[in-house]
Amino acid sequence: MDRLLTLLQQNARISTKQLAVMLETTEQEVIEQIEKYEADGIIKGYTAVINREKADKNYVAAIIELKVTPKTDFGFDEIAKKITEYDEVESVYLMSGGYDLAVIVTGQNFKDIAMFVAKRLSLLDSVVSTATHFLLTRYKDRGIIMSNEEKDERSILF
Amino acid sequence: MDYNKILSKKITQIKPSGIRKFFDIAEQMSGVISLGVGEPDFKTPYNIRQEAISVLEAGRTKYTSNAGLIELRKEICKYLERKNNLKYDPAHQVVVTVGGSEAIDLCVRAIIGNGDEVIIPEPSFVCYSPIVTLAGGVSVPIRMKAENEFRLTAEELKEKITDKTKLLILPFPNNPTGAIMEKEDLEKIAKVLEGTDIMVLSDEIYSELTYGKKHVSIAEIDGMYERTIVINGFSKAFAMTGWRLGFAVGAAPIIEQMTKIHQFGIMSSPTVSQYAAIEALRNGEESIVSMRKEYDMRRRYLVDAFNKMGLECFEPLGAFYIFPSIKSTKLSSNDFCEKLLYSQKVAVVPGDAFGESGEGHIRISYAYSINHLMEAVKRIDRFINSL
Repeated sequence: MDRLLTLLQQNARISTKQLAVMLETTEQEVIEQIEKYEADGIIKGYTAVINREKADKNYVAAIIELKVTPKTDFGFDEIAKKITEYDEVESVYLMSGGYDLAVIVTGQNFKDIAMFVAKRLSLLDSVVSTATHFLLTRYKDRGIIMSNEEKDERSILF
Repeated sequence: MDYNKILSKKITQIKPSGIRKFFDIAEQMSGVISLGVGEPDFKTPYNIRQEAISVLEAGRTKYTSNAGLIELRKEICKYLERKNNLKYDPAHQVVVTVGGSEAIDLCVRAIIGNGDEVIIPEPSFVCYSPIVTLAGGVSVPIRMKAENEFRLTAEELKEKITDKTKLLILPFPNNPTGAIMEKEDLEKIAKVLEGTDIMVLSDEIYSELTYGKKHVSIAEIDGMYERTIVINGFSKAFAMTGWRLGFAVGAAPIIEQMTKIHQFGIMSSPTVSQYAAIEALRNGEESIVSMRKEYDMRRRYLVDAFNKMGLECFEPLGAFYIFPSIKSTKLSSNDFCEKLLYSQKVAVVPGDAFGESGEGHIRISYAYSINHLMEAVKRIDRFINSL
């Protein structure tokens, strides 16, 4: 991956001026490159990595495994697209292996999620079966360690 | 018992590093971020760790020959030929040591006797002078200057040479300044040494970490091969500090004596580390390049940020330190570091810890993630504005 993308993925708040210094280029070039990435759909957005469990006591997430019957002509795309349209759905991935779609769903409590699966997902035409796994602790998310206990073990100075 | 009577005066008179105390205080405080350490933040590349695991599983855990595994010595020679076009005989001109530090100690002990003078350019790594003292020698410091970007000049060297001078220590790329010596700089030094019996201990532990300029060893300069002991190791280039592995190469009669000291003091360097080092030299180039790129990015960021804060900083082309001047704050290095620690909880090393000529500077290590560095810069900026 391009070094600019790597940097932005680590920290999207580094200013274009600072990026230019780090990458030995001009600010103008950095701005243009970022705009190009955005226009090409390579950069899809910028969000904060939030420790949701800490920010919000009423927060539950679950990973739901879906087995679906793919449709002729559309494959998995049609059903996947349909699922992305629900606000409760954070991510949808097509998977290899034992099931087809992995859906990450968030809600206020366990019941929310259970109802969403029972009343929405499993009723969809091509869904054959579902398995819901509740997320208990987030240790690392998008490359960031969630606990504050990380300690630098290095102590030699010279 | 009065242990002071028992202990050797030579030892007790060597001053312990004062800076350690300062960092112990920092460690007790909460929320402190450090820019102090002198080792890479990267993990040892995976393939090297994996090789060590295989060696352990196979139970290859015996001593090696005193000078080190011959396969490793061969790889070291190939590496030096590849990088600097230097040719050494693996059988007689290489000794594998417990880090670069042991190699420095061996070299000084092999050459220096009572009253011999060793020229040590400063600011530099803190171990040279105590090692010289232990060997019975006399340290003759050279105060390198900020206006020369802390490169050693021929004039400075000439001034310090006497009948007793036996060794020049050449610590480049330099810790703590990040300064390098380019070919032209080295040629001038070589001219001064021409026709003398002065040897050079070239500590090239940061040789893989130069930015924009390829590292040149003084042993490559005409007439210098025979009088140079090159010291290097795996700690910085391959992020292998804890493996404790380095080496020295040079003229066979000197390496032979160094190996003898090594044999009596150490026996042989850690076997597992030696096998891992073979893997590092054979398949480590890609990791070096990617770590170097990362360091370079951080370096650019810091040099720019410090100059913008008004802490003037020349562009260091080597190692992983910048050495900004803090003279604009009118504080001594020590006061600056103490105030910075207590008010903004950032720990950096005062420049004079590396020799008097480092006064008026601080050492900033960039062996830290970019996010860590950005937070530190924010705090230092706040500190400067509060003065």
